[in-house]
Amino acid sequence: MDLRYSESDLVFRAELREWLTRSLADLADPPARDDWPARVRYDTHWQRRLFDGGYAGMSWPREYGGRDASPSEQLIFLEETTRARAPYVGVNFVGTLHCGPTLIAEGTDDQKRDHLPKILSGDEVWCQCFSEPDAGSDLAGLRTRAVRDGDHYVVTGQKTWCSFGHVGDFGELLVRTDPDVSKHRGITWLILPMDLPGIEVRPIETVLGSSEFCEVFFDEVRVPVENRVGAENDGWRVTNVTLSFERGTAFVSEMVDALRMAEELAPSVHDVAERRELAHVVAELDGLWALTKRNVSQAARDGSPGRGAFMLKLAYSEARDRLGELCMRVLDRGAFDVHDERVEERLRTLSIPIAAGTSQIQRNIISERLLGLPKEQQWAKSS
Amino acid sequence: MNFDLSEDQDALRDGIRSLCEGRFTSERVRKGFDRAVFDELANTGVFSLRADGFTWADAAITFEELGRAVVPGPLVWSHLGHGLVDGVLTGLTRPAPGVDAIVEHLATADAVLVLDETGIECIAADALTNATAHDWPLDPLTPVHRVAVLPKGEHVAGPEVAGEWRRGGAVLTSAFQMGMAQACTEAATQYSLGRFQFDRPIGSFQAVKHILADMVVRAEVARAAVHAAAVTLDDPEVGDLERAISGARLLAGEAALKNAKSSLQVHGGVGFTWEYDVHLYLKRAWVLNTTFGTAAEHGDALAARL
Repeated sequence: MDLRYSESDLVFRAELREWLTRSLADLADPPARDDWPARVRYDTHWQRRLFDGGYAGMSWPREYGGRDASPSEQLIFLEETTRARAPYVGVNFVGTLHCGPTLIAEGTDDQKRDHLPKILSGDEVWCQCFSEPDAGSDLAGLRTRAVRDGDHYVVTGQKTWCSFGHVGDFGELLVRTDPDVSKHRGITWLILPMDLPGIEVRPIETVLGSSEFCEVFFDEVRVPVENRVGAENDGWRVTNVTLSFERGTAFVSEMVDALRMAEELAPSVHDVAERRELAHVVAELDGLWALTKRNVSQAARDGSPGRGAFMLKLAYSEARDRLGELCMRVLDRGAFDVHDERVEERLRTLSIPIAAGTSQIQRNIISERLLGLPKEQQWAKSS
Repeated sequence: MNFDLSEDQDALRDGIRSLCEGRFTSERVRKGFDRAVFDELANTGVFSLRADGFTWADAAITFEELGRAVVPGPLVWSHLGHGLVDGVLTGLTRPAPGVDAIVEHLATADAVLVLDETGIECIAADALTNATAHDWPLDPLTPVHRVAVLPKGEHVAGPEVAGEWRRGGAVLTSAFQMGMAQACTEAATQYSLGRFQFDRPIGSFQAVKHILADMVVRAEVARAAVHAAAVTLDDPEVGDLERAISGARLLAGEAALKNAKSSLQVHGGVGFTWEYDVHLYLKRAWVLNTTFGTAAEHGDALAARL
């Protein structure tokens, strides 16, 4: 076990720090949170700068515009960008953290060539079309139908909780291509151009007001068959590739940001009990950062981040909730103004234990896959 | 940067684990700490590890395994005092004036080490003539004596060594507790698979599975934190040492206690019996949470670093 960064890591850190100082100096202030056209410009502009600087797609292969960075460089990148308060991934979230890794693992050469460099350069914004009104935790129960018609799938149905649906150029879309087999077997993963006729997007007003979440309605939308990722009806397996990225890595950068927020809260916490609680939250986040280092080290060795990756999202959800509640108590009546980053984050992070598999689903996965416990028996409809 | 156990560390862990599985069975552990236990651990090198060139991280890996088996004894003190004082060593942090000293394993010990800000004092065990044994100790495997006034001992080390012991003791105690937390998860998981109610294993009910999932996560996060603290103790330049230690102590102390209580809950009625080992883990967790800094002290220390 060794936590010492190498000489080349230190050089990387110094160069990155210098680049961040330079690149952030003339960056405009972030736009209002409900000004979506401006947010897209801002987030994709920053993505472009990362790309031009050689810092986009840290873990991605070079042939698709990535950096192919070592695990320790990826960790340094997270530390330094957070410390420098660089813009968060924003509208590039789905592209860089979900679809990109999925296309790298499962896409055709054409699909990789067409999309991966544009995701990294900020030229393509992606959205997620997974959940449906009746397919939340039971995602595999999705019903949006795709019927093959020559070179196209004709898609009809409804998606919800589509992150960045109203600003996405492309969507990662799960459809049912075979309704006659068991639910996990008849699902297909499609690349959805959001400008196709028959798509209607309606933003969802969340507890924060305007948000990145949308409903998306499909009325006989014709998606080319060449947009399929993986084989027809093999979409559940492809989806699990995406979801494993989501559990293992997608929350790491906001976890590091939570640590920053906890450290910045410290000077305003005076009550002894609250200081001890803050210490406990920081201990948990430090522990999760250490666990991330372990996951990354194991991934470098065996290509898979090991058991720790299953735990990160659940443990982060719990720690983040504690931090959010502590912020509210420390701010007292100062918390009535949502312009305070800490209040806005308290509201936003209410979604963390729900999104990407609820904490209850995470506990099922952990107990079944890591502890080998059986699935709970099916509920039988009584007559 | 490679935060995985090295091959040597894997081998060390496997060696200590097989020693514990072979020699420190529940039956043996229940007989408590004695000189034979001490000699066996000493011969394995548990106390001399660092003098033999191993790191704090290696020592933490060793204590993690001893914790899994809930091996009794003043193991951390005997490890810390190795090379400074001979024999079986117990110890404590000096109590506040007017507060009785509670000394663990006095009957087996040769010497009692008292740690405070100014350094370390060594008192011969037989000099504690005014010590009264508890006839019903909380942890049956941690016999204790109460001493109203500690006799003056020999000053054997200064504040620098005391500081190192305070930090090292916190790391090893945390490692031991984090091992206990793992063992509780495994015992409760096994029990939930074998215990049938309503014609199915109770481990198939989500109400039970979710308790077990929380246990495994708690132990794994604590494990990463304890290993990070141990590595930072070996190489203080890689992080904020006091913060890493206090964080590890908080998470490991909590993991040991909560996992033992969860294990008791999953075991149900038999978890409340003397026959099952569950209570030994719970009682040891309480005992160890009073040593090398309480949660309150480490909470204050960590908050002060922010």
